[in-house]
Amino acid sequence: MNAWKRFAGFCKRNRHMLYILPWLLGFFLFQAAPMLYSLVCGFTDFHLFRGISDIGFANYGKILTDAETLGAIGRTLLYTAVTVPLKILTALAVAYLLHCSLKGIGVFRTLYYLPSILGSSVAAAVLWKALFRDGGVVNHLLEMVGLAPVSWLAEPQAALWVVILLRVWEFGSPMVLLLAALQQIPRTMLEAARLDGAGGWAVFWHIQLPMISPVLFYSVLLQICAALQEFNAPFIITDGGPMGSTTLISLLIYRNAFGLYEMGYASALAWVLFLLTAVFVGLYLLIGRGRLFDGQEESA
Amino acid sequence: MRAKQRNKLLRYGLLIAGAFVMIYPLLWLISATFRSNSEIFSHSGLIPLEPTLEGWRRAFAAYGGQIDLLRAMGNTYLYVVPKVLLTLISVTLTAYGFARFSFAGKKLWLMLLYSTLFLPRTVLYVPQFVLFDRLGWVDSPFYLPLIVPAALAGETALVVMLIRFFHSIPKVYDEAARLDGCHSLQVLWYVLLPMLRPVLMTCGVLQLLWSVNDYMGPLLYVKTPARYPLSVFVKLSMDADSGFAWNRVLAVCCVAMLPQILVYFLVQRRSEDTIAAGGIKM
Repeated sequence: MNAWKRFAGFCKRNRHMLYILPWLLGFFLFQAAPMLYSLVCGFTDFHLFRGISDIGFANYGKILTDAETLGAIGRTLLYTAVTVPLKILTALAVAYLLHCSLKGIGVFRTLYYLPSILGSSVAAAVLWKALFRDGGVVNHLLEMVGLAPVSWLAEPQAALWVVILLRVWEFGSPMVLLLAALQQIPRTMLEAARLDGAGGWAVFWHIQLPMISPVLFYSVLLQICAALQEFNAPFIITDGGPMGSTTLISLLIYRNAFGLYEMGYASALAWVLFLLTAVFVGLYLLIGRGRLFDGQEESA
Repeated sequence: MRAKQRNKLLRYGLLIAGAFVMIYPLLWLISATFRSNSEIFSHSGLIPLEPTLEGWRRAFAAYGGQIDLLRAMGNTYLYVVPKVLLTLISVTLTAYGFARFSFAGKKLWLMLLYSTLFLPRTVLYVPQFVLFDRLGWVDSPFYLPLIVPAALAGETALVVMLIRFFHSIPKVYDEAARLDGCHSLQVLWYVLLPMLRPVLMTCGVLQLLWSVNDYMGPLLYVKTPARYPLSVFVKLSMDADSGFAWNRVLAVCCVAMLPQILVYFLVQRRSEDTIAAGGIKM
C-alpha cells in the first residue's frame, strides 16, 4: 500500500514529463538505440544480405591502413579547414557592410541571403555543376580576364574547390546571425570610442569583434559540424570523383552501406566520423570558452 | 563631410558588386532555360540569342516512366506538409515541457537534447536504415521513415530555439492563467501559443525548407519511381539528360527552386529576425 502511494506520488510530481514524452520516445528509438546499434555493428562484418560471419576489430584495422579511407578522412578535414574560415569571413565581411542605415539596405540583405535558401538542395548542386562545366560561366569569366580555362570537374586538384565555392556562396545563415549581433551593440559605446579618437578599424577590432565573439564562436561551431558531414554537393556534382578527389567520409559511408551493403564497415566509418566531430567540438569548446567576451567586463 | 560621402559611395559600390556575384548564377539559370542546348554553353551573357521554350516544354513532359515533374512536386508536398505540422506539434510540446516544468532527470534529458544538436546525421544513416528495413517501412506509401522521426520532435534545433523563446515569456502569464483555473495544456494553448505565433511560423518554414531540400532521406527510403519526390527527380533528370539536354535539366531546377524562394519572400523579414534571435542554423 505504502509503495503504491509512493509510486502515485512520484507520478504526480513528474506528470509534466508527459510533454517531453514524444521527444524521449523519438530520442531512444531513432537516435540513441541506432547509435548503440551502429557501435556494435562496427565490430562485425555485417552484410545486409549475407549477415554476420566475423566479429572483431577488423573494420578499424582496415580504416587505419586503407589508403582510400585515410585519404577520405584527410580530405574531409581539409575541406572543413578551408570551407569554414572562408564562409565565416565572407559572412562577417558582408554583415559588416550591411550594418549601416543606407537607403535600400534591405534589398541587398535579401539578395545576399537568397542563395542560402537553396541550402543543400539538389537543384543548387546541379546549377553549380552547369556553371563549372567546360564552357560554363566560370570558365568564360576566366577567359574574359585572360586566364586559361580550368576543367573544374575533371581535374582532381580543382574539383573539391567547386564544392567549397558552392558552400561559401551560401553564407547567409552565419551572416544573419552576425548582422543581428552587430546591431545589438549599443550605439553609445561606439560613439564613446570614436570620441576617444578610435578609427573605423580600431572600433571594429577592439569593440565590435569582441562584442560579437560569442555569436561568431557559435556560428563557427555550427559550420564545422555541417562541413564534416557534407554529402549532397560532392555526391551530385562529381559523385566523389575525379579519381576520388571529392570523396568525403560521408560519401564513403554511403558507398559502403548502400552500394556494397557492407553495413559493418560503414558503421565503423560512421563512428570514426562521429568521434572526429566529438573531438573537434570538444577541443573547440575547451579552447574557446573563457576567452569570449560575455558582457561582464564592463560592470567590473 | 566629403570623406563621409566617399565612404558611402564605396560601401554602395562594394554592395552592388557583391550582390551581382551572388545573384548572377541564379539569373544565368533563368536565362539558360530559354536557350537551345547548343547555345547554353556558348556564351555567358544573360540574354538568350535565340529564345526558345523547348527546355520548359520538355521539363514538364514525362520521361516515359511513372514520374514527371508535377507529380514529383506533388509527392514532395504530400509528405512534407504532414511532416511540418507534426513537427510543430511535437516540438512545441517538448519545448514547453522543458521550459516550464520540473521532472525526474530533467538535467540529464536536457544534456542529451543539446548533445543531439552536434550529432552528425551521417552516423545514423546505417542503423536507421536497418531499423526501418526491419520494420518494413522502406518504400512505405506513407513515407513513414521520413515523417515519424520528425513527428517525435527529431529536429532538436527547433526544440532548442523554442525553449529560448518560452524562457523569454515571463512566468507571471502562466501563473495568472493558472489562478483563473486553466490547466497546463490550456495555458499553452490560450496564453503562450498566441505570443509564439511568429516563432512557430519560422520553425514551420525552416522545417519546410529542410525537408524539401533533403535528398538522402528520399534516396534511401523511397524506392518506387511513382513516389519519388522532387529532390530525387531533379537528380534523375540530371543523370538522364546532362550532356545533351541541359536546358531541360535547368528548367527542372528552376521549378524545384521556385517554391522555396517564394516562401522566403513571403516570410523573410520576420523569419530572419526570429532566426537571429533564436540563434539557429538555416
